[in-house]
Amino acid sequence: MNFLSIFVLIPLLMLLGLWAARNLNQVRGVMVTGSTALLALSVYLVFAFLDARSLDPQSEMLFVKSIEWFPPLHITYTVGVDGISVAMLLLSAVIVFTGTFASWQLRPLTKEYFLWFTLLSMGVFGFFITIDMFAMFMFYEIALIPMYLLIGVWGSGRKEYSAMKLTLMLMGGSAFLMCGIFGIFYGAGGQTMNIIDIANQTGGAHAIDGNWQMLWFPMTFVGFGILGALFPFHTWSPDGHASAPTAVSMLHAGVLMKLGGYGCFRIAMYLLPEAANELSWIFLILTGISVVYGAFSACVQTDLKYINAYSSVSHCGLVLFAICMATETASVGAILQMLSHGLMTALFFALIGFIYGRTHTRDIRELAGLMKIMPFLAVCYVIAGLANLGLPGLSGFVAEMTIFVGSFENPGTFYTAMTVIACTSIVITAVYILRLVGKILYGTPTNPHHLQLTDATWDERFSVICLILAVAGLGLAPFWVSDMIQTGVHPVIEQLQAAGSLFDSHSNPFL
Amino acid sequence: MIQIEYFLFVSAIMMFAGIYGFITRKSTLAILLSIELMLNAADINFAVFNRLLYPNGHEGLFFAIFGIAIAAAESAVAIAIMINIYRQLQNISVDQLTKMKW
Amino acid sequence: MEHTIFILLLPLFSFLLIGVIDMDITKTGKVWSHKAAGLIGTSSLAVVTLLSYLTAYEYFTAERLTDGTFATIVPYNFTWLPLGTLHFDLGILLDPISVMMLVVISTVSLMVHLYSFGYMNGEKGFQRYYAFLSLFTMSMLGLVLATNIFQMYLFWELVGVSSYLLIGFYYTSPAAIAASKKAFIVTRFADMFFLVGILIFGYFAESFSFSFSGTIQLAEGAAAFQTVNISKEVAAAGFLIPTALVLMFIGGAGKSAMFPLHIWLPDAMEGPTPVSALIHAATMVVAGVFQIARMFPMWMEYAPDSLSIVVWVGALTAFYAAAVACVQTDIKRVLAFSTISQIAFMMVALGACLPGHGDHLIDNHSSLGYMASMFHLFTHAMFKACLFLGAGCIIHAVHSNEMSDMGGLRKYMPITHATFLISCLAIAGIPGLSGFFSKDEIITACFAYSPLLGWWMTVVAAMTAFYMFRLYYGIFWGKDNSEAYAHHTPHEASWTMTVPLIVLSLITIVGGWIPFGHLVSATGQAYDIHLNTQVAVTSSVIAIVAIGLATWIFAGKQQPIAQKMYAAAPRLHRWAYKRFYLDEVYQFVTHRIIFRRISSPIARFDRRVIDGFFDFLAWGTHRTAALIRNFQSGNVQHYAFAFLLGALLLLLLMIF
Repeated sequence: MNFLSIFVLIPLLMLLGLWAARNLNQVRGVMVTGSTALLALSVYLVFAFLDARSLDPQSEMLFVKSIEWFPPLHITYTVGVDGISVAMLLLSAVIVFTGTFASWQLRPLTKEYFLWFTLLSMGVFGFFITIDMFAMFMFYEIALIPMYLLIGVWGSGRKEYSAMKLTLMLMGGSAFLMCGIFGIFYGAGGQTMNIIDIANQTGGAHAIDGNWQMLWFPMTFVGFGILGALFPFHTWSPDGHASAPTAVSMLHAGVLMKLGGYGCFRIAMYLLPEAANELSWIFLILTGISVVYGAFSACVQTDLKYINAYSSVSHCGLVLFAICMATETASVGAILQMLSHGLMTALFFALIGFIYGRTHTRDIRELAGLMKIMPFLAVCYVIAGLANLGLPGLSGFVAEMTIFVGSFENPGTFYTAMTVIACTSIVITAVYILRLVGKILYGTPTNPHHLQLTDATWDERFSVICLILAVAGLGLAPFWVSDMIQTGVHPVIEQLQAAGSLFDSHSNPFL
Repeated sequence: MIQIEYFLFVSAIMMFAGIYGFITRKSTLAILLSIELMLNAADINFAVFNRLLYPNGHEGLFFAIFGIAIAAAESAVAIAIMINIYRQLQNISVDQLTKMKW
Repeated sequence: MEHTIFILLLPLFSFLLIGVIDMDITKTGKVWSHKAAGLIGTSSLAVVTLLSYLTAYEYFTAERLTDGTFATIVPYNFTWLPLGTLHFDLGILLDPISVMMLVVISTVSLMVHLYSFGYMNGEKGFQRYYAFLSLFTMSMLGLVLATNIFQMYLFWELVGVSSYLLIGFYYTSPAAIAASKKAFIVTRFADMFFLVGILIFGYFAESFSFSFSGTIQLAEGAAAFQTVNISKEVAAAGFLIPTALVLMFIGGAGKSAMFPLHIWLPDAMEGPTPVSALIHAATMVVAGVFQIARMFPMWMEYAPDSLSIVVWVGALTAFYAAAVACVQTDIKRVLAFSTISQIAFMMVALGACLPGHGDHLIDNHSSLGYMASMFHLFTHAMFKACLFLGAGCIIHAVHSNEMSDMGGLRKYMPITHATFLISCLAIAGIPGLSGFFSKDEIITACFAYSPLLGWWMTVVAAMTAFYMFRLYYGIFWGKDNSEAYAHHTPHEASWTMTVPLIVLSLITIVGGWIPFGHLVSATGQAYDIHLNTQVAVTSSVIAIVAIGLATWIFAGKQQPIAQKMYAAAPRLHRWAYKRFYLDEVYQFVTHRIIFRRISSPIARFDRRVIDGFFDFLAWGTHRTAALIRNFQSGNVQHYAFAFLLGALLLLLLMIF
């Protein structure tokens, strides 16, 4: 039994445990044990991976294990990790762990809530460990469906509408995705669903006919891109995040949106390199719009969660933007940005959830002077804000700089101009973050009822501090993560370069 | 001997009267009557074809008798349902019975 | 020189110690008492200062290299983040200007730490204040010790954030909130250009390092460039490196409050006064000047012509700020505009450098401005910090920033008065004091660049003397606000506040006699400062005349001439007082244009159009379903009718 499968096994056991749990304490016990085990496992995986990588610098995936699942369609359950998935697994484990603590006080139907929550995390972990397209797709769906219930039942505001919207839009994405996946499968000869096998078959991914690639690439990219809040398919994100309960927002923005970026990189760019070179300019423009547009939108929102959701659109846009730039450095930056944004935005949503839980409003016009009332949460909010606007020493800076430097490696006016446009987002980000901090944290409390509110409880402090440590850790010592990611990014970029370059694109009118 | 066309003419009239009734009537009872008409039209045809075309066989007659029996059973069940519906809803008009729709 | 690492680490640790532990994670009440936090901060800073002096001593007394320059020492450098072919290093670089900056920063910072003991006594958030001060000091030191332009940018952002946090220290005051936001966003806007400049520079020079020299190399993977029309080498040397340098200068202009990005600095005075002294007068705001000085060899080699941008931006700013300073009534604002004007002097001096003669790219004579600029940076840091700290004492005593609430304070606060006067004389350029020497070099350099610039800067120097003495008389002479002082007599501040004043004014007195040209110069070789008699005499005379004018107008108890002047040109006075309405222009651009015309429409577009489109899809699906649903009426009669029609249709088909 390959130890990667334990990532799926633990959530399954947790589901059983939750099912058997009789009271709140048992539910919490199961969740804490399970999520701690996941976190421990992912930390262990990091070290095991670094060890194994130093012994075996050649193979693309480590700890590979394949089990036949449905031979007629060549579907296998194949697991394996490279630097990127290790980083993503660590991120997911951290978010699940802190998310558990962030929903410590959740009522009612706690047990059912955690059941769906665990199912969702199982989908996420499964997605990151498998390298078989079909299994990936399956886990992707497993991660999506619980979202509907989690938002629809435990959400706030227009929760039914948001849940429906989110699910339908993401399902729409899945439909594209499935076409894309089957297109790749049959295009590559219909012999295997394994990503690595397809990429390394005779002739590499170029065995897929170029013209067909032009069809499958947009499908796959858009399919995953919808989850990564690609403009103009991002509108599920503000509504969905605003309605979702705290931990679900954390998990969704923190991890689920990363599935999009990861998928775009792992499947769309890797397996369809010719089309990627040819068509990435279109997506570059779309994501460039995402970056600036999301930031501008965030400037005038009045709901805390909407601000953060639009900020996520902007930051996730940067992830896809960097992926489309198709240079090694930019891609490393994209993965770093995924990590950084995952942690940062989880921190943000946790804090917003805690503040909302106390004040029962997220409208920034009704909040003021929280620094005086709940200093701990306010200070953490400032830290989260600074991370978001790219303060050196916190994770945002590292990721953004890597992306910008990487994007600049592409010569040519078009790419330079796009990078400069993306750079403007750092200013706009500062505008909305400072507006927020100035409005809700600084100043004097306007609502007398708020004066009675208390600061964070221990479970809230714990989850917030974990996230801040992770954000600072990534920001202060980015080198080891970036080295690890680099090994994972390399084959994809090689594949892309073997297929030509971005400058061979005939359809790009800006070249 | 009476020509076969005459029999068929009668049964065709009955058949189309039944169809017309089935499609247009609103009362379930009238619809049931229309169904009976159609069944009887079919029974007549069975009997007639059997008698005039295959005088040595009896299959058509048997089938006609079966048809009559089934019609009887069916109307018994149908009327029972109708009575039940009437008890519940005080109405047996088909376009009013939308309670279990959608 | 290995001990230099502690110069960075100590403030960092004291920040973490005071700041993080003070976050009160355990909810058991404050961990540090006020005193303890201050002591930790101040003592660690004292050690840093000692280390800096030690470093400076060791560095400048070390043997010079054969070409007469001081060795550039890089005791630490490690790759923090590999970025493809480039890499992002963190390290420590010691060369004359960074060592000079070390001394300036640690001295002023130590004085401010000490001073804050008295000034911030009893403030809520005393620990927070010291934590931020430590953070700032660490970042600023990191900035000047940077081994590469990217590290500089990293610490550049950090000083921006610490400045933001310190300006917003009184976070319940709306003015402070607005000011901190403004400061951060304006500088951030400029930083964006800096970043783009770095990116361009890094890409074409294939290095972020300052010490890069020689020709721009072709990329190794040259294949990628064949598709690009313009070869990298040509592009870099001819156009892009100057562009990158100018973009970096825009970043520096933001930090150093050059026109038109200066608007944040006067507002930044909402922060505590010691912070204004440290960050917004002596250290952070000269980061832009320092940056140009750092990139000076690049400018000289690749973009000597573009330096004229620096000159004229600086000259305009110097005049503008001096003009505005002449009419402000808030003493900190006068000092703020004076700071802007003085930094502009440094900028002008840097810009006024000319390429060397013959085969030397840079020679000390043509590039006199470089030395002058650094010299002025040094002297200005000292006397301006002294002025600000003095202003802090006054504000502490009078509880107001307005000049109208002051007057006649010389009797109440003799030490403050004396030190303030010394600093005013220094900034006015009275011979013997430090400001005279540095300013004289600047004006000499300006005359060498162009006579117009020379006279222009001389006029600005005269204005400097005028507004500084207007300030001085307004505070210490003029009307005696006895009634106002009756219930609260102003008194001299405690020793923690006066000692820094005395120390700084002593440095101001002797600072000019340091053989600065021997330590810092454009080429690194020793350069003897000789006063240009003509310039020196002219500027001293002009300064004295300006002071006399200020005395004539402002020294008396009544100021009839001043009133008359205001009345004679009311519009000019109002425009200058309102800083020529630049803030309003910015307000208009940000609120009316960015928020109203860009952000709001985008947000509406998002909700109405994009979201509307998806809602429309959902609605359309729903409507279509509702339509189709009618075919499934559930009425058997309808089905039967359809069946009949179908059957007839089939029948017809079969027949025909």
